[in-house]
Amino acid sequence: MRVTQGCFSFLPDLTDEQISRQVQYCLEKGWAVNIEFTDDPHPRNNLWEMWGLPMFDLRDAAGVMMELSECRKVYGDRYIRMSAFDSSHGWESVRLSFIVNRPKQEPGFRLERHEMSGRNIRYTTTPYAADRPEGVRYGDQ
Amino acid sequence: MNEQSMTIRGKDRYKSGVMEYKKMGYWEPDYEPKDTDIIALFRVTPQDGVDPIEAAAAVAGESSTATWTVVWTDRLTAAEKYRAKCYRVDPVPNSPGQYFAYIAYDLDLFENGSIANLSASIIGNVFGFKPLKALRLEDMRLPVAYVKTFQGPATGIVVERERMDKFGRPLLGATVKPKLGLSGRNYGRVVYEALKGGLDFTKDDENINSQPFMHWRERFLYCMEAVNKAQAASGEIKGTYLNVTAGTMEDMYERAEFAKELGSIIIMIDLVIGYTAIQSMAKWARRNDMILHLHRAGHSTYTRQRNHGVSFRVIAKWMRLAGVDHIHAGTVVGKLEGDPATTRGYYDICREDYNPAKLEHGVFFDQHWASLNKLMPVASGGIHAGQMHQLLDHLGEDVVLQFGGGTIGHPMGIQAGATANRVALEAMILARNEGRDYLHEGPEILAKAAQTCTPLKSALEVWKNVTFNYESTDMPDYAPTASVSM
Repeated sequence: MRVTQGCFSFLPDLTDEQISRQVQYCLEKGWAVNIEFTDDPHPRNNLWEMWGLPMFDLRDAAGVMMELSECRKVYGDRYIRMSAFDSSHGWESVRLSFIVNRPKQEPGFRLERHEMSGRNIRYTTTPYAADRPEGVRYGDQ
Repeated sequence: MNEQSMTIRGKDRYKSGVMEYKKMGYWEPDYEPKDTDIIALFRVTPQDGVDPIEAAAAVAGESSTATWTVVWTDRLTAAEKYRAKCYRVDPVPNSPGQYFAYIAYDLDLFENGSIANLSASIIGNVFGFKPLKALRLEDMRLPVAYVKTFQGPATGIVVERERMDKFGRPLLGATVKPKLGLSGRNYGRVVYEALKGGLDFTKDDENINSQPFMHWRERFLYCMEAVNKAQAASGEIKGTYLNVTAGTMEDMYERAEFAKELGSIIIMIDLVIGYTAIQSMAKWARRNDMILHLHRAGHSTYTRQRNHGVSFRVIAKWMRLAGVDHIHAGTVVGKLEGDPATTRGYYDICREDYNPAKLEHGVFFDQHWASLNKLMPVASGGIHAGQMHQLLDHLGEDVVLQFGGGTIGHPMGIQAGATANRVALEAMILARNEGRDYLHEGPEILAKAAQTCTPLKSALEVWKNVTFNYESTDMPDYAPTASVSM
């Protein structure tokens, strides 16, 4: 399966050239771009690990692309995303977020159903990869 | 035509008998509205031979303290404060016999945080008044002091995006069709296919409540199975607007509680449940971390005709105060009424923290929202993937685009329909962010994206010539060049 979180997951994987143009768009809007990575793609896991701090005061996407390349060297087996933060009043949150790196194999999610009283079902979603410890979930592929 | 005050003062004002409204203190051309006043702008069409100033004063009178004759009991009150004051009357451009009347109301005339009370005053009595042929409430200025007495949207655009972890693009939805007749099991099938194919939301239609062919619990249970299965299949958060509209508040609360128990992130209500019920559900939604979708069922009965009723921009303002998170606000290009400039005005009212007056969009007043949450507009009705560039241009990024027929009617099936919409959207956002002239290059951008997406190719082929070009019945009275001093 393909995890389709983020803004561009239904398109073919973006090239570095395309990623760079999106980053440049964010920088020109005055947003700070943060590189984040995880090996726990659960849809409610909003706390991906931060690759350093959001890059404030940056003008050129090249700086972000350099960091991305560094991050890929270390965590290239995991999901990596760009998140752009807008600090303006009334928003103060993410404005754009998209996946820029993903594991070679994406095993997907197990859906467990716990039958409750009546016909109610309590659902639990678990990434198959999470069966293994953090850090070695995608490494051997 | 803004002549002198004609108000009779002192003892003579209270002589028993009938007196013209404009002499009773409801026409005060020298009055300067206070920052805390609520201001209403009415389009007044007096009966032939009726003085427009008198007609406007009558509207002020009948929407505040007046009755048809002088009453001495006025003298037991601070009557001058409580009288609504019409302070300005302008002829409507290019519309003989119609006048814009500006009326100011003191804040003390209204109860805190109650749309029912506000609307009972402003539209409660005057619309059937005999000396008028027609009357329309065009716009209102709501002072910050009053705005702050309302909860506002239970969730708001930003928090909705955070909860769904979806940023940078419009959200996508579809209304399940056929809107009546599907069993719960079949209904769940449509929801699953659409969500798995790439939509963020599916939606019950306005008249899906609890009918013989599908009782509400069946719908909720099958829908949540579909939502959870699609979430697991995509790794994304998905939602389906479970319509909790019912005959009584008790029934609505019961349905909302069940939706919560099942883990739904969103419920929906119809405008026809009434303002108080809407506010109650908005409070419930805030207490229960639920996004609240409002379907504006019924609004066209009073919003569509230009000379009579209530403009949708007023309804949009009231609903932002009342506290819903989603509101249908037009598509411009789809099958339902919606002039581009007027629709733009509605969208601004939903999404901005401050609306400057923009006559060319039908927005007559500066409006401060005092950090009240933003309300997500929803575009629904007769839209398809081939219009993606126009939709993005007209409606912007913070909107839910709902393709019902445009998803379910896809020749390759519902999943393919959903995928076509999602791919078209992502391709357009990518191009826009790259700085391309996406509006003009739109068809090209879509054709390119279709090269690697057969469902999109097929959607573009089926719906390539579908447009709904009819003249609008409701549009702004002022052209972009007009300068009218406020």
